[in-house]
Amino acid sequence: MDEIIGGLVRAVELILTLNPEVVQVTFRSLGISVTSVLLASTINIPLGGLIHFSDFRGKRALVNLIHTLYSLPTVTVGLLVYLLISRSGPLGWLDLLFNPAGMVLGQAILITPIMLGLTITALDAISRDIRDTTMSLGASEMQSLRAIAREAQPALVSAVLLGFGRALSEVGVAMMIGGNIRGHTRVLTTAISLETSMGNLELSLALGIILLSISLLVNLAMSLSQRR
Amino acid sequence: MRTTIATLLAVLLCLPMAIAADDSADSGSRLKIATTTSLYDTKLLDLLEDKFEEEYGIELDIVSGGTGIAIQYGEKGDVDMLMVHDKAREIKFIEDGYGLYRRCFAYNYFYVIGPSDDPANIKGMNASSALKTIMEMGMQDPAKSKFVSRGDNSGTHSKEKSLWRAAGVDSATINATGDWYVEAGQGMGATLMMAEEKQAYTLTDMSTFMAYRGNMTLMPLIEGSEDLLNVYAAIPISPVKHPNVNCAAAQTFIDFLVSAEGQEMIATYGEDKYGQPLFMSALGQCDVMGCNETECATPAAACPAPA
Repeated sequence: MDEIIGGLVRAVELILTLNPEVVQVTFRSLGISVTSVLLASTINIPLGGLIHFSDFRGKRALVNLIHTLYSLPTVTVGLLVYLLISRSGPLGWLDLLFNPAGMVLGQAILITPIMLGLTITALDAISRDIRDTTMSLGASEMQSLRAIAREAQPALVSAVLLGFGRALSEVGVAMMIGGNIRGHTRVLTTAISLETSMGNLELSLALGIILLSISLLVNLAMSLSQRR
Repeated sequence: MRTTIATLLAVLLCLPMAIAADDSADSGSRLKIATTTSLYDTKLLDLLEDKFEEEYGIELDIVSGGTGIAIQYGEKGDVDMLMVHDKAREIKFIEDGYGLYRRCFAYNYFYVIGPSDDPANIKGMNASSALKTIMEMGMQDPAKSKFVSRGDNSGTHSKEKSLWRAAGVDSATINATGDWYVEAGQGMGATLMMAEEKQAYTLTDMSTFMAYRGNMTLMPLIEGSEDLLNVYAAIPISPVKHPNVNCAAAQTFIDFLVSAEGQEMIATYGEDKYGQPLFMSALGQCDVMGCNETECATPAAACPAPA
């Protein structure tokens, strides 16, 4: 119990004094997660749209597969990406292992199923009626698409936020691919895991609180930008 | 509204560049080391890293995990050297051609810890007969005597298995002998916390126990027994197997580790924080550590040319 209170106090202390190591780790966490979300969004939102708007055999099976992959364990993704980018693996020459770029790749793969799945769901929920209505009112294909995108925006934003949350809070990929190297690939979650194993329970809790604060800030910023 | 989004986007787009910049700052020679948690979690390596980087200008990337994953990294050529504590697996690693040689650089002793009233009465025994006694007591009455095992194939787990072997117990089937044996499948810290909750016996490395001691009531019951010896060794990965490894930097770091300066740092580390050093210097202690002459040679043999 004392540790929880101690953790809170420590968190406030670390934030107020801008502890350089904590600041560095926090920004690295944020940078890597944001980059992986940008990468995953750029690929998955258009891809989700493509899947939604096209009819092909096995579409339902594909959507089911995507939903199944929501449960992809982070360590499994870490392991698969590790085997790909290990020096002995097919992409070893890219030198991604134990580098932030490799972590971005791993996290982007990790959140791909949810972002893809939620994009499809978001479009499914609205597009049938809107498309019919706008088309019947004489809108062009492009105008109709734009209307759909506007309607789907809140759901898409929450897909992006969910992807960001999963990327920021996961530890399997960050540990396996990044290696938790001090000053290079250490992020908040791997630092939390390290501090816990070293018995620094208060510091560990404090880092968890900092991670949540970051998430709060990003969510606030997103909801502000959503307000019209 | 538009400006908010624009600002947000600008900030988000700058972040990746910030990471990239952070990365390019440390170009030059890099040395990747895979090490065990028990060595890393003490922060001894952080100290050695700072000193070494300052003196030699070689950037150290230290990845810490169990001995099992460290050896995997080594076999695949993802790191340039290992710092581990599992003699049998180290020797196999070298025999398989992945490692060049084994250099002993520090040692300490494992502890068998347990409740202070010592229900199985193991005090004064050597470690393997203590474990045997805990087992016999536990099979009669698991409420009185329990043992928590790491169960994660780490170096400490290997040590436990070799102690069971010495006691004539088959560690592969031990889990079936009753509730007294608990396999944690986790790191040392988590295992210590579990042993504390259950008021059980466990085998621990000295340094992790020191770090946790403040939160615990369990006490070291067997310390300094010869069969609890814990030797840390460094192994450069062979450039013959993996031509990309930075063997020269690994040699430089190993020579630094066993130099008078490096040994002094190792032998005094932890004194101020725990009242006693966590590791003992390897200098002149070859026999105590059970290492042979080549495992203690300075400077180490040269790097062979890549095949």
